[in-house]
Amino acid sequence: MNRIQYMKVVVAVNATLPLGLLLMDLQAGRLGVNPVEYFLRATGVVALIILLATLAVSPLRKLTGFNELIRIRRMLGLFAFLYASIHLATYSVLEMGLDLGDIITDIGNRPFIAVGMAAFLGLVALAITSTNAMIKRLGGKNWARLHMLIYPIAVLGVIHFWMIVKSDIFYPALFAAAAAVLLGYRVVSKVRKRQIIKPDSTRAN
Amino acid sequence: MADQDGTPDITPERIYLNRRNFLRTGLLAGTAATTALVYRSFRPGSVTAPASEPARILTDPATGDPATSFEEIANYNNFYEFSTNKTDVAAKAQALRTRPWAVEIGGMVAAPQTLTIEEILDWPQEERVYRFRCVEGWSMVIPWTGFQLSELLARVQPLEKARYVAFETAYDPATMQSELSAGIAFPYVEGLRLDEAMHPLTILATGLYGKPMPNQNGAPLRLVVPWKYGFKSIKSIVRIYLTDTEPPATWSITSPREYGFYSNVNPSVDHPRWSQKTERRIGEYRMRETLMFNGYGDEVASLYEGMDLTKFY
Repeated sequence: MNRIQYMKVVVAVNATLPLGLLLMDLQAGRLGVNPVEYFLRATGVVALIILLATLAVSPLRKLTGFNELIRIRRMLGLFAFLYASIHLATYSVLEMGLDLGDIITDIGNRPFIAVGMAAFLGLVALAITSTNAMIKRLGGKNWARLHMLIYPIAVLGVIHFWMIVKSDIFYPALFAAAAAVLLGYRVVSKVRKRQIIKPDSTRAN
Repeated sequence: MADQDGTPDITPERIYLNRRNFLRTGLLAGTAATTALVYRSFRPGSVTAPASEPARILTDPATGDPATSFEEIANYNNFYEFSTNKTDVAAKAQALRTRPWAVEIGGMVAAPQTLTIEEILDWPQEERVYRFRCVEGWSMVIPWTGFQLSELLARVQPLEKARYVAFETAYDPATMQSELSAGIAFPYVEGLRLDEAMHPLTILATGLYGKPMPNQNGAPLRLVVPWKYGFKSIKSIVRIYLTDTEPPATWSITSPREYGFYSNVNPSVDHPRWSQKTERRIGEYRMRETLMFNGYGDEVASLYEGMDLTKFY
């Protein structure tokens, strides 16, 4: 097994574990008094954690120079999508009884549902275009532009979480801080790049 | 470097690969164990059965729905003085000191008094099985024991000008968490209009399932107003006073747009961030329709005649 395969195994095992444990605990009645709420929260939180881990790949790669890290990014993104899908499916079936009309009304009624749905639609677009064939079909530049959607998706995800708490904002704030660092890093490195390029461009004139 | 015989001093490939496999397996196991531990640390505390589960089958008298189990009622609590995590409150609230306990009753009354919890527990107590609807969208059926608040108010004789009753929860920084962690101000305060307080459905509860009130449920004395969202039913009361102005209520101070003074259960007035049309009864998977005044409309609707309940939410 080469290094990349090994990293993928580590990611896959750790990303699958929470789901396995959740299902085991659900089966055994170990999810507390309101298991539906717990399962919903847990799948949502894990989706958000993996989403932020996906966003951490590029900065980590630049900071450590460990370029092969990029090879696990797609897998991370797809795991985030998997948990978001389970999260949405749980809501649709257990909260809404799979009634499409009710779900649409709910999107209108509850702003945080609308925010979550918007984030999920973004994830769907990224998941379908995640294959090598799609990258080729779209062309690298367009593909990269489309996948910038990950930034607003992360922000919407954090807002979605923040909106359901009453006053205990500790965890949403923690996620917001992590997202701010990861997005802030990109802004800063972009600004720096421009500053480095500038003198060059004046010389070229 | 080289050995004496001149061969280079490098680890043979077989050993090197073995060592690498060993490290890799260890690292994989380590990350997996960490993930599992983090997961476990967030899992809700296990629900433990009480020493003697009552054999009686209790039901909601109006609907025939079975009462929520004692373990569920005692392990899913909002008590921000201890934790904002509903499944953590039961353990943390064990720090609450419920003896000695006294309740001071004063304000606009002819006969102010301070009662010890022992005196209060000596009064006749009756069982009331009420539906309980939390503003968060879940509900229970709870067999409380207690007495009508009107009985206590009769003892202190409210003055003619008294219009409201205000309540205050104990606050002990030594055993409770900070306002910063909770996100709300302490002590927790609540209030009712005097006619709401005098209503026969309004009780002060001292126990549930015929047992002394568990700390996490608001020991030793709490309010229960079954047609209002749960946060109105203030816990662990140390002070009650009558007043002629609308008293402050913690959640409506914290977020006035989201929580009003009345906070009657009302499926047609949504919380700004979520719907109040449905609720999940603890123990059930599918949502139920939420009823106006939590289904106690026949008894209490007259209290609000002529009031615009979308304005006085």
